[in-house]
Amino acid sequence: MSQGHRSGHRSRGRGESSPPPARDRVLVLPGEEIPGSALRPGAGTYRLGGKVYASVLGLLEPKPPFVTVIPLSGRYIPKAGDTVIGIVTDCQTTFWLLDIAAPRWAPLHVTGSPWKVEVGETDRYLRVGQAVVVRVESLEATGRIGVTMLGDGLGKLEEGTIVSVSPARIPRVVGRNGSMVRSITAHTGSQIAVGQNGRIWIGGSPEAIQRTREALRMIDEQGQHRGLTARVESYLSSTDRPGDRGPERVPVESAHRDAVPHELPPLPAEPDAGGPDGPGADDAAEY
Amino acid sequence: MGSVGAKEVPVLLSPEGLRIDGRKLDELRPIRIRAGPLHQADGSAFVEWGANKVMAAVYGPREVHPRHLQQNNKAVIQCRYNMAAFSVDERKRPGLDRRSQEISKVIAEAFESVVFAEEYPRTSIDVYIEVLQANAGTRCAGLVAASVALADAGIPMADLLPAVAVGKIDGKIALDLKKEEDNFGEADLPMALVPQSGRLVLLQMEGHMTPEELSRSLDLGVAGCKVIYEKMKQALRDRYATTELPGGSA
Repeated sequence: MSQGHRSGHRSRGRGESSPPPARDRVLVLPGEEIPGSALRPGAGTYRLGGKVYASVLGLLEPKPPFVTVIPLSGRYIPKAGDTVIGIVTDCQTTFWLLDIAAPRWAPLHVTGSPWKVEVGETDRYLRVGQAVVVRVESLEATGRIGVTMLGDGLGKLEEGTIVSVSPARIPRVVGRNGSMVRSITAHTGSQIAVGQNGRIWIGGSPEAIQRTREALRMIDEQGQHRGLTARVESYLSSTDRPGDRGPERVPVESAHRDAVPHELPPLPAEPDAGGPDGPGADDAAEY
Repeated sequence: MGSVGAKEVPVLLSPEGLRIDGRKLDELRPIRIRAGPLHQADGSAFVEWGANKVMAAVYGPREVHPRHLQQNNKAVIQCRYNMAAFSVDERKRPGLDRRSQEISKVIAEAFESVVFAEEYPRTSIDVYIEVLQANAGTRCAGLVAASVALADAGIPMADLLPAVAVGKIDGKIALDLKKEEDNFGEADLPMALVPQSGRLVLLQMEGHMTPEELSRSLDLGVAGCKVIYEKMKQALRDRYATTELPGGSA
């Protein structure tokens, strides 16, 4: 199976160049003039000599009084309120630096963590390479990205696997009203937490994780095609085994998963598992 | 330079006015561009241009390394052009040399004039160009590949950047020199064009030309760039256009 779909991907570059049907939104490339633009240039566009041009590769989206281009590729651009998955890249005395797949690293201050951290002891709670679920709180003009770990569904990730897809594909991963995520978890019995930055946490049995990965890779590679939901559905059905139907109940609270798939689910592990001498989750109340 | 070595100067133009590979003077070599062959990079492109094969990868905008290069008001564009040891007949000594440093610099500067770097202050946009097989015109092929890779990486910019070299062989102006023509010709003039504004953002010259020849060369090069521009756009369309999945519905 995996073979078949890989070779399908390879042929994509040259083969299918037929023009898209009319109901598709228009694909524009950097430097392309946006015709008939009485509208003002918005995100992803610029004006020169009275004409409006696209500045990024993406889909044309008129939002009167602006015309904008929704990017189809590129790094994650943080938005306040987004829930994202970060990887610790550095431990400073009062904050951690997180790689959230954005242009800059995001500082997570100890006051934004559920623990009572002594100055200089950040690395006793989170070490370089560990993964956390955080929420983007503030964006400054300097490009600094403020994040917090205090909130529902936020915290440290203790188990499972993280895969990355293009951030532009996240809406397809989630599906309409979460249909895609629901379909994948129902077929494979895995649990999924989607970060808006393109990182996706998968929990469950090794086999469930493997099939989920495969499905996510299909979405990442074929996301621009129509009929993707059906394609993923048929892949999942074809690899279903009789016992697989319905989420197999993984121990304890990790099996909570009726949460809205768009939101990150509560963490599989106790939040205080990270502190060495167990400064508990109840400390969070102090902040 | 044509006199160096024992090799005889080949006949660059036939009596009918055709070049050694049968091209006319204003004809490009065949070009194939593929956007997005690499998965690890934020954007990538592979260009086959005549016998040249060039891979470009773009990372970023991301944290700047080394830190002191960071700019508070815009992204820095760092470019590394490298030729593989096996890219030419005689093994190329690997690593940085004067030539590759110069090419890295002029390509980075060409991109600085089209990329909207102010949108990502304190970051770096890293462009890697690896020449796997070389046959003259690799800086242009590398620039074309890097430009498609930048668009693939979602970097905002004024336009794509097509590039081509014009040269002089047997006293005649010719488009897109191949290796023998470059080695034994009289001049080489690589250029990169911003098609939307008509500005040239890279222009170098080696050899000799009269002012009239230079002016004709520029016209020929601009015409060539426009052909390449269309191929670059098609490569990106092929990758991103919405298509029907065979067997899929809705």
